[in-house]
Amino acid sequence: MRALCYHGKQDVRVDTVPDPEIVNPRDAIIQITSTAICGSDLHLYDGVIPAVAPGDVLGHEFMGRVVETGPHSTLRKGQRVVVPFVIACGACYFCGKQQFSACDNSNPVDKQEMSETLYGSPMAGLFGYSHLTGGYAGGQAEYVRVPFSDVGPVVIEDDGLDDDKVLFLSDILPTGWMAAENAEIESGDVVAVWGAGPVGLFAAQSALIMGAARVIVIDHYPHRLALAKGLGAEIVNFRETDVREALLEMSGGRGPDAVIDAVGMEAHGFSVDNMLDIAKQKVGIGADRASALKQAILAVRKGGRLSIPGVYGGMTDKFPLGALMEKGITLRTGQTHVQKYTNKLLAMIAEGKIDTTFLISHRLPLEAAAEGYANFKNHQDDYTKIVLKPGMES
Amino acid sequence: MQRKTLSAAGGAAALLAIGGGLLLARSSRPHGAADDAPGRTARRSRFGDYAVVGKTVTIMKPSRDELFAFWRDFTNLPAFMDNLDMVELLGDDRSRWTIRAPGGGTVSVETRIAEEKPGRIIAWRSVEGSDIDTEGRVRFSDAPGGGTEVELVIAYIPPFGRAGQAVAKLLQREPAIQARRDLRRFRMLMETGEIATSERRLETEEKA
Ligand SMILES: NC(=O)c1ccc[n+]([C@@H]2O[C@H](COP(=O)([O-])OP(=O)(O)OC[C@H]3O[C@@H](n4cnc5c(N)ncnc54)[C@H](O)[C@@H]3O)[C@@H](O)[C@H]2O)c1
Ligand SMILES: [Zn+2]
Ligand SMILES: [Zn+2]
Repeated sequence: MRALCYHGKQDVRVDTVPDPEIVNPRDAIIQITSTAICGSDLHLYDGVIPAVAPGDVLGHEFMGRVVETGPHSTLRKGQRVVVPFVIACGACYFCGKQQFSACDNSNPVDKQEMSETLYGSPMAGLFGYSHLTGGYAGGQAEYVRVPFSDVGPVVIEDDGLDDDKVLFLSDILPTGWMAAENAEIESGDVVAVWGAGPVGLFAAQSALIMGAARVIVIDHYPHRLALAKGLGAEIVNFRETDVREALLEMSGGRGPDAVIDAVGMEAHGFSVDNMLDIAKQKVGIGADRASALKQAILAVRKGGRLSIPGVYGGMTDKFPLGALMEKGITLRTGQTHVQKYTNKLLAMIAEGKIDTTFLISHRLPLEAAAEGYANFKNHQDDYTKIVLKPGMES
Repeated sequence: MQRKTLSAAGGAAALLAIGGGLLLARSSRPHGAADDAPGRTARRSRFGDYAVVGKTVTIMKPSRDELFAFWRDFTNLPAFMDNLDMVELLGDDRSRWTIRAPGGGTVSVETRIAEEKPGRIIAWRSVEGSDIDTEGRVRFSDAPGGGTEVELVIAYIPPFGRAGQAVAKLLQREPAIQARRDLRRFRMLMETGEIATSERRLETEEKA
């Protein structure tokens, strides 16, 4: 089959690799119909996530048709499914608590040790996201092997719901939702969201649905900010405006009740700190750039809530720990517990309460994936979200 | 081979001298307990000539009794114990364990059950003349938050003599890491019915 493989820093290529097979009894094989490139993939692309090996198939946002099932899969051939990027067994202590992204049983035992050393606990398996999280082949491919196929995949019965409407159930829609849930939004809240990428946009949309009075989205890309405005959010361009001052003024002088960092470890910006962190990342010292996060901590009101859906992989320097403690900020974060939200969000999509298609800027054949990565990286304003269609003529 | 029992070697007060085993003691520590942590987590964890490793996992299902029963049938152990090639039951609570050594060889250990408390404890000990002088115990107890805590403790004397280099090397393969991995595979098998792998295809799986 054809699949998008990692070769090195900013070097990905569509190669021919062996088709996947059923390996474990609960597996299914999915033929991919749509698969997206995510902001998280850019962290891999830029080489800031450890343990990505040449030849690894990337991609964790995908859907398609079931073509093969293991003896213990509950799926049937021909079913249309969206697959969560988090691989979860459904039976362990963490899955029992609906903390699916903490699943104990999805990351192969020998691969657990890397993350255990780095983080103190072993991480769950994720599709196409380095060997820290299992080294599972991803879905930017024609076919993918899906373990625990009886737990994760969401069956889409209604063929009237086309791929573009439901694909994002695999990651960014639940991620935006959980980001807002982690911010414990109450009606009347002023909420600030850093990053008008897919995650930030869905977080803003979710916050509004949850009753926030004002949602303010911060970025520097005009087109992305326009999308935020289209959702009913207000916008702040950090290149033109003093963000902290603006947020204070837009929240009655108190600071936002809740802040969401939907930027993650590759924040843009020209503060001294951030430039230093960029330099460190370039020489491979492994510092996460966290300028958006630092700004969010200073901006939030005392006793406010901080939610971090943005991905961080290692250490960061000069973290404003004093502000976090002295202001009494509540902090919640994590890889998304996708399986916890899919049914609820699917129902909201079917009822027309949530639209996800506004995000998609480009639909490309799988063969154009490498070019897609480069454009998503270098032309973020125009390329808000790329969906690859393996079946599409190139 | 000179066999010193663990209890003779340890000198701690809490030892139960069952089957000559220190492992059977509840909270065995090399020298009077300074805190409530298991003795093997001490920064210096040697009991006389014995090295001791141990790990605990919590398993949500099936029940404690079923977990016990699966483990008690030693022929099931190779399904999740990486180094264990085969177990033959010899009757009379004895069994022969064939252990894979690095470099392709195998080592054989004959064990007998040293203690058994149904649903709770299985302990085994190598018999006189085995390639490795070792003792193991697995304990099943109800976890406070639900599920079963499974604690595996293994003691062994780093061997010399006729098993020679291969065994020494085998035991240098971080038995603590091995114990942790084995227990995690046990949990995977019990909770999910399979052992996670990210292989894309079956053949590569078998090769690995
Ligand atoms: N928690 C999860 O499970 C999960 C899931 C998916 C994605 N993520 C993470 O969420 C983050 C965002 O993902 P995405 O797909 O939206 O990425 P993206 O790269 O498309 O968007 C990030 C946006 O942040 C903006 N930005 C950069 N620096 C900024 C700053 N200092 N202030 C304000 N805005 C700034 C960029 O201009 C860009 O528009 C990434 O870190 C991604 O890895 C997490
Ligand atoms: Zn993603
Ligand atoms: Zn699980």
